[in-house]
Amino acid sequence: MSTSTAAQAPSVSRRTSTPMAASTVSMRWNWFLLALTAVVGALLPFILTPAELSVAMRVIIFALMGIGWNMMSGFGGMFSFGHAAYFGIGAYTTAFLLLDVGMSPWLGMIVGMAVATAAAVGISYLALRYKVKGAYYALSTFAFAEMLRLFVMGNDGLHRTLGFTVPVLQGDNWGMFQFSADSPNYFWIGTGFLLVALIVSMVFLRSRAGRFTIATRDDEMAAAAIGIPVLRHKLTVTAISAAITAAAGTLYLQFYMFVDPEIAFGHAVSNNAIITAVLGGVGMLWGPLVGAIIVAPLSDLVAALLRNPPEWLALLSGQSGLDIVIYAVILIACVLVLPKGIVGTIVTRSRK
Amino acid sequence: MSLLTIDSIAKSFHGIHALKDVSMHVDESEILGIIGANGAGKTTLFNCITGAFAPDSGRVHLDGKDVTGAKTHRLAKSGLVRTFQLMRPFGTMTLFENITVAVQSRGVRSESRAREKAMQLIVRTGLEDWAEKISASLPTAVQKRLELTRALALSPRVLLLDEVLAGLVPTERGPVLDLIEELRREEGVTFIFIEHIMAAVRRLSDRLIMMDQGSVLAQGAVEEVMADPRVIQAYLGKEYDDAT
Repeated sequence: MSTSTAAQAPSVSRRTSTPMAASTVSMRWNWFLLALTAVVGALLPFILTPAELSVAMRVIIFALMGIGWNMMSGFGGMFSFGHAAYFGIGAYTTAFLLLDVGMSPWLGMIVGMAVATAAAVGISYLALRYKVKGAYYALSTFAFAEMLRLFVMGNDGLHRTLGFTVPVLQGDNWGMFQFSADSPNYFWIGTGFLLVALIVSMVFLRSRAGRFTIATRDDEMAAAAIGIPVLRHKLTVTAISAAITAAAGTLYLQFYMFVDPEIAFGHAVSNNAIITAVLGGVGMLWGPLVGAIIVAPLSDLVAALLRNPPEWLALLSGQSGLDIVIYAVILIACVLVLPKGIVGTIVTRSRK
Repeated sequence: MSLLTIDSIAKSFHGIHALKDVSMHVDESEILGIIGANGAGKTTLFNCITGAFAPDSGRVHLDGKDVTGAKTHRLAKSGLVRTFQLMRPFGTMTLFENITVAVQSRGVRSESRAREKAMQLIVRTGLEDWAEKISASLPTAVQKRLELTRALALSPRVLLLDEVLAGLVPTERGPVLDLIEELRREEGVTFIFIEHIMAAVRRLSDRLIMMDQGSVLAQGAVEEVMADPRVIQAYLGKEYDDAT
């Protein structure tokens, strides 16, 4: 017995070293990319024109939504069609508390994140408790977002279809999360949000809870069979997801200074979150950011195209919905050609 | 007192009686075999014992405590662990990570200790060469052994094995059987195993249960059950004919 243990000992240490080394390498990559994101985020306002910077701001908002969606759907395995609900709750809670209570949007954001988290956990608990799964789960999330949209549209206290306009203050006001139109502060704050969201994701995925969540996503029955409380981990990842998405809602509100039921709770919002993550790579940490770098400028281009179409596309003038068509085409192409998304494909190739 | 007692369990799905009044028990460090044709209710019984489904009626006691309908993860933590007939690896993880996550779930908090423990288990079940492969792409036989290794990571008191030998070629079966006997001998693990391979059933079982159409048709000593005319007629007969 002792000889066999001795014979195994070197093989144990040799073997353990390899997987550990592999994950350390990817961690190093993550920190490097994070630093790169911070540097690029800090420098962009000096390079881009104000108009370009507003597109970059859109990238950040899309990326945050995608990161939020990816948490729940990519890592948690619960496909959400209704992330507009949490985005909208974030934006509306902040707007309501700002205009009706006079609360700083910073605090409003925290409250919005808490409300979104509570709503997400509540609705997910019900769905999971009663074993609403797969496509039915996705539909239930869609229904929840639609329900909120209709509720807001019919609620006087929330200004029905008119929405909220953030009153304009003079100059830069950090306490009220408001800056002059071409201030780079919005972009820097957005970059800060993005970095926090990425770090939260990284830390979570590296933690035991993160591993248990991935195990649950891969096989719920097997996860339970090795003692993992699957419901708890699903709700945890849902909560993180909703909080990140709600923060994106607040950021949107403070940047565009306006929100209405369609902007906040419309299905386009959920679509944006999904397409961003799917194009970049579902279940990939960097997927949503990469997806957003492509999708957000594209959505801007399409909007510009519809406003001012060239001669040969004159028939598109004033039409809406072209963005949806383009997204649908991207989504289908992506599923066919890049089922793992851009980042997923790169990672798989590099492993080979 | 028996370690695990099952009293009059019944379970039906949409009017089909998968289990009808099934009772059995297993003692500490005993190896109990379960045989029976496909659809006899063997896996449903495992599902009811491990909390995957709550039985319609009847009770399950583990160590004297009523655990009927308890959550699967709680049962796993209290030492009642199972493997699956159709393999259920965590497909996006490597084999090594599959075992590590189970060790962590067992309560090992330190990352390096969890890895070390996982590697020891992998060496024990002879899967070192596969450790860094993504588990979804592993061959069936390796996935089967992954399931067993992952279950061992939980230091089970009672291990329910659902056709753990299926898909293994005869030369791969021996080490698994040796391992089961070793676990019983050295760690006092109790086993209930569903199996179709009669040689393994004969070698391992202290007692044997034959299930048929949701009921226990016969139970007792291995040779006794195998010699039972009802067992031969309902199950063994065909197999013996095939063998000759």
